[in-house]
Parts: sequence; structure tokens; C-alpha cells
Amino acid sequence: MSRLAALLLLALATVASAVAAEIPLAERRSGYELMSRETRAMQDDDAANPATLWVLDGAALWTRKTGAAARACADCHGDARDSMKGVAARHPAFDPVRGRPITLEQRINACRTERQQAPALAWESRELLALAAYVARQSRGMPIDVAVDARTQPFVDAGRATFQRRQGQLNLSCAQCHDEQWGRQLAGNVIPQAHPTGYPLYRLEWQTVGSLQRRFRGCLTGIRAEPYEYGAPELVDLELFLKVRARGMPMDAPAVRP
Amino acid sequence: MAGALINVPERARRGEIIEIKTLVSHPMETGYRRTQLGAPIPRDIIRTFVCTYNGTEIFRAELHPAIAANPFLVFSTVATESGTLSFQWTGDNGFALTESAAIRVE
Repeated sequence: MSRLAALLLLALATVASAVAAEIPLAERRSGYELMSRETRAMQDDDAANPATLWVLDGAALWTRKTGAAARACADCHGDARDSMKGVAARHPAFDPVRGRPITLEQRINACRTERQQAPALAWESRELLALAAYVARQSRGMPIDVAVDARTQPFVDAGRATFQRRQGQLNLSCAQCHDEQWGRQLAGNVIPQAHPTGYPLYRLEWQTVGSLQRRFRGCLTGIRAEPYEYGAPELVDLELFLKVRARGMPMDAPAVRP
Repeated sequence: MAGALINVPERARRGEIIEIKTLVSHPMETGYRRTQLGAPIPRDIIRTFVCTYNGTEIFRAELHPAIAANPFLVFSTVATESGTLSFQWTGDNGFALTESAAIRVE
């Protein structure tokens, strides 16, 4: 079935125009708008949204003292409902120490290793996803607002180049699906515009919460490219570019997606 | 780590039909999958769910491998008297979880 999907995609991509045009502001659709009524209802009701379980775990972790410093997130940041408002909408953000943008998950781990003196949490671990989901939940409804300035511009450009570069055995770029073919069918699924409004999110196919980096790696495998490692500069830049591309769209994290 | 999320109206009129929503954290591993090296992944699912209202069983469900992770069950009952609704999930590998919620009927 996935081979059929790939062939179908290839056929569609060949028909489409060669140059990717970015989606105009008025035509931007989040994945939420493209999914079924039932899945939307699942996301909208906190009692039905399975990601709520991760948010509750995150709230518990927020106040738990950990590491050699015996400090909890709350000891520095206080109540996340105030202090973390809009933080997820601003990430990836430039980190002067590393001299490059870092994602929300990397920021959480930087806090852990530097301030709490605790070991970094593994990518896609329950704890890291729970904390990220809890922090992202505080930005729900707020517009995506990542900073583009002289420091981040080179990384945005690098992300755009990755988005538009053909790669993998199918020789496809992200833009060929998500800029040119959005709204059409890829086998049983609607191709979304790839706006990262709801990450980390509960994906029904995964049966769990996952990060945007996991989504990227899934897409890369789908076009028969070797996926970059979690947290690789290419993926972080791509994440930054997608956030820039979706600027102004409201966050709906933690979302539910098919 | 959060076990379950229960949603029961805090108060209800006598005789009113109330909706109860339960969401439980569980991987629901089917037992049919294999690792990348071919070793079978043992089954790990919730087998039964029971809800009692002041000690009387009002809802029971048997769960099977085809049910998705983090099972979400919604059912309804008639609010007869104030008291406690208790919820019990049991499953493979000694999984047992109990939660309860209070309701006031006027």
C-alpha cells in the first residue's frame, strides 16, 4: 500500500509545476482544519484528548525536584500557566551559548543539564514529551511568533533550502507535497500544509505523543531518504523554517492528528 | 505518571441521565507485533473495565487486542443517589488501576 502511495505521489509531483510557490496567508490551513469532524472533537475535548495524560504528567514533573541541584522547574519559573505562556510559540529560539536556534525540547534539556544538573532526557521519552506538552499547552490559542533577525536568518534560509531540496530515492522535496499538493489525497490521507501548530501532538497512527522531529523522520523515511538524527541541525533549521512559514497561526498544542 | 482521567458531572438532578467519560493511560500492546530482530513482543493489554455506583455494577467492558492505546470509554447512567462512582481497570502483567469520583444528586 505504501508503494502504491509513493507511486501516486510521484505521478502527482511530475504533473505539478517545477517551482514551489509559498502558500499565501489567506490560504493557510492548519492540519486541524483538514481533519475529520470526529478527530477534531477528540482534540477539542480535554477529557477525550489522549495528550491530556501527557500534560498531567508534565504538570507533575514541573514541580518535582531533580538532579544534583535538587531543583524543580517551578523553583525558577514559578507557575507554568503564567511563565510559560507563549514560550512554545516562540521556539525554536536563538540560544547565544550554542550560537544557533534550539527547539523547545532542547531548551528543556539545556535547563536540566545546566540548571538542575540532571542527565538530559532522551528524545521521545515520556518525560521529555510530557514536559514539552505541558509547556506547549500554555501557548494554546496564541499566534506563532518566532523571531527572525540577523542572528536567525541564516538558519531560516538553511531550513528553507532543506524544505525545497529534493532528496531520497523518490527524489521528492517537502515543498512538492506540502506547498504544491496540499488538500489532495495521498492514498487515504489528505496532504496537509505542514504547519507545526500543535506539536508535541498525539498522532493516532503512533498511538502516542510525538515531537515534530519524529514527524520529520517519518516523512523522510516515506520518501526513502535516510532520516537525520533527532536534534540534528538540519531538522532544527527545518523546524525553525516551518514555524516562520506558519507565523501568525494559532497554536493548538497538544493537538490530535490522524 | 498520570493513570486515568475521569469526567463525571459534580452534581445532577435525580433521575437525570449523566455521561461518564474515562481515559486511561495504557500502551495496549497487541501481542501480534515483532521487534526489528523478529522477536515477538508479548501481549500487554487491559482485559476488563468495571464501573460501580455506590457498590452496584453499572457498566462492564471486555477489552481486546484490537483496541487502541489509551482506551477512551464513554457511557451513561441514571443519577439515582449521591455517592461514589468507582472505576477499575485490570489487565495483563498484573495491571490494576482504581479511580473514583463523587457525585451529588439533588
